Amino acid sequence: MKRQTRWQRFKTNIQPRIKELKFSLRRIRGSPLSIVGIAIILFFAIIAILAPVLAPPEYPDKPYRIPRDGFSPTPRPPSEKHQFGTTEGQFDIYYGVIWGTRTAFTVALMVVGATVVIGIILGSIAGYYGGIIDEIIMRITDIFFAFPHLILAMAFVTAFGASLDSVMKALILVWWPSYARLIRAEVLTVREEDYVEAAKSIGSSDFRIIVKHVLPNSIYPILVMASLDMGAVVLVAAALSFLGLGAPVGYADWGQMASFSRNWIVGPPGEPLAYWYTVVIPGLFIFFFVLGWNLLGDAFRDILDPKLRRR
Amino acid sequence: MEMRSYIIRRLLLLIPVLLGIIFLIFTILQLFDPVQRAALYVRDPKQLRSVQSIIEKYHLNDPVYVQFYYWITEVLQGNLGYSKSINMPVADALFYFLPATIELFIFAVPITIFIGIRLGVISAVNRDKPVDHVTRSLAIAGYSLPTFWLGLMLLMIFYGFFTGLFPPERLSTSVDAFVNSTAFIRYTRINTLDAILNGQLWVLMDALKHLVLPVATLTVVNIAFVMRIARSSMLEALGKGYIMAARAKGLDQKTVINKHARKNAMIPIITVAGYLVAGLLAGAVITETVFNYKGLGWWSVNAAIQLDIPAVLGFVLFIGTVVVITNLIVDLLYAYIDPRVRLG
Repeated sequence: MKRQTRWQRFKTNIQPRIKELKFSLRRIRGSPLSIVGIAIILFFAIIAILAPVLAPPEYPDKPYRIPRDGFSPTPRPPSEKHQFGTTEGQFDIYYGVIWGTRTAFTVALMVVGATVVIGIILGSIAGYYGGIIDEIIMRITDIFFAFPHLILAMAFVTAFGASLDSVMKALILVWWPSYARLIRAEVLTVREEDYVEAAKSIGSSDFRIIVKHVLPNSIYPILVMASLDMGAVVLVAAALSFLGLGAPVGYADWGQMASFSRNWIVGPPGEPLAYWYTVVIPGLFIFFFVLGWNLLGDAFRDILDPKLRRR
Repeated sequence: MEMRSYIIRRLLLLIPVLLGIIFLIFTILQLFDPVQRAALYVRDPKQLRSVQSIIEKYHLNDPVYVQFYYWITEVLQGNLGYSKSINMPVADALFYFLPATIELFIFAVPITIFIGIRLGVISAVNRDKPVDHVTRSLAIAGYSLPTFWLGLMLLMIFYGFFTGLFPPERLSTSVDAFVNSTAFIRYTRINTLDAILNGQLWVLMDALKHLVLPVATLTVVNIAFVMRIARSSMLEALGKGYIMAARAKGLDQKTVINKHARKNAMIPIITVAGYLVAGLLAGAVITETVFNYKGLGWWSVNAAIQLDIPAVLGFVLFIGTVVVITNLIVDLLYAYIDPRVRLG
């Protein structure tokens, strides 16, 4: 008997949320840009999941190592054996970009996931308690905002030693303040709402109020920013790898694939575009990946914001 | 009167941020081992041979607060260490490479702001019409572009396909030799400006030819950024009551947009100038590396790869200071233009 009432309570609780979700999905279906964004992201997700099928690794225990076909410095054009050709040092471009998709998802999810968690913790503490704690946390974010992400990350990566792990650590260190600020601002706006007052008056704990009432009401701006940042993080990570501060040589990583092309921008006399594939292919992968997230984030901004959408 | 007290308040707020930047850089510094850190205290390359004595002299194995004292005394005296990647003290290197980066900014900043605002206003005025959709899509594509890839593609087309049309680096070899000879006085080390001051038109043409691709690379992403801000700011201004009043008076569309809406829409754009400068600085790091354009960004990347720690940290300190001061100027300008800010 008790179980049924609990189920019923759950059902009544969930009903408005399902209605809201259905409404959101209908809005997404009506926005062509977000459909394109979702399609692009799905396409990359499928590549990442099917990587072992699309490009079977040569070294099964180290799938991110790009197989080499000799050591000649001159790139070779697409052929039967190498669908997208090879870079300098004969790294297979097709293998590199396929497994590079997994690298991109790993970096983006790790960095965005970690910064959202840090941001939620510090941002809600700052916003909910205010006072001196708020002041300290916000002054720390001010310091980080004095630097472009890429430049501060560059300093951290130099300190940690160039590797993909360092890139992720550095990006988490430079990226969290944006979420801390966003979440603090959201907490500040809902803190004074009647339902928070009501929860306080019946004796809810601070933790319960933050998790049950404050965060669910500020989830949409976080989603929008996280979506845009999935692309932005990959852009900065690729730039670091391109500059030679990221993944080790031969690791499947788009930024590094692009850096292999730097000496081969101009072909031999008579055929200036002879090595186009070394430049164009890795770059297109980065561009479309970032574009997908940006389209989705941009559409989310218009669709998901409950304050804007019913106007 | 209120303006003066606002300036003083704002200047006082600057101190904790600058101190914070110094603390942050000191924290990064602590991630290195004493031998690597020793390079920060070197004034003369000969000292590099006796690293151990530096470690003792500056207490690099002592507790953190002792080290901080010795480090901050050096920094406040303007000694940021020795950059081994280019054999020059860091402070000198900053001044040596700065003009090249300034030259890039002289062209990139006005172009970015002008085109960005233009496109944003056009997009806002034609809201939800085809023009709006096209400019917005282009903007999204613009900030999805990896800067380094755009640079490489432009080089492939305009240096490779159109052989040698717009070359990388700052000057052609022969021109560079002439510029560094006694016949040419380097007043500012900003090539285009020096060429004009020396009256050498062909040097100017060569410098401009080399600037086209880096400036294009640097601006594309940032134009997209300015355009977005300009569009939303303009949309907001167009929805205001005074626009309706202006229209009700019977003013034509052109006057309403140019005289009434655009001026008011420009104010919020000033506030993002700090972000724009930060974006351009990060872009300059990549652009200068791609085009082998020897400015601050090129130097910092080169230093980072060679683990030239004083150079990297000196560069980061410099950038942090530049961004903070830009934000200060922006705030003061904003308060000057809009009295509500300083009175609020």
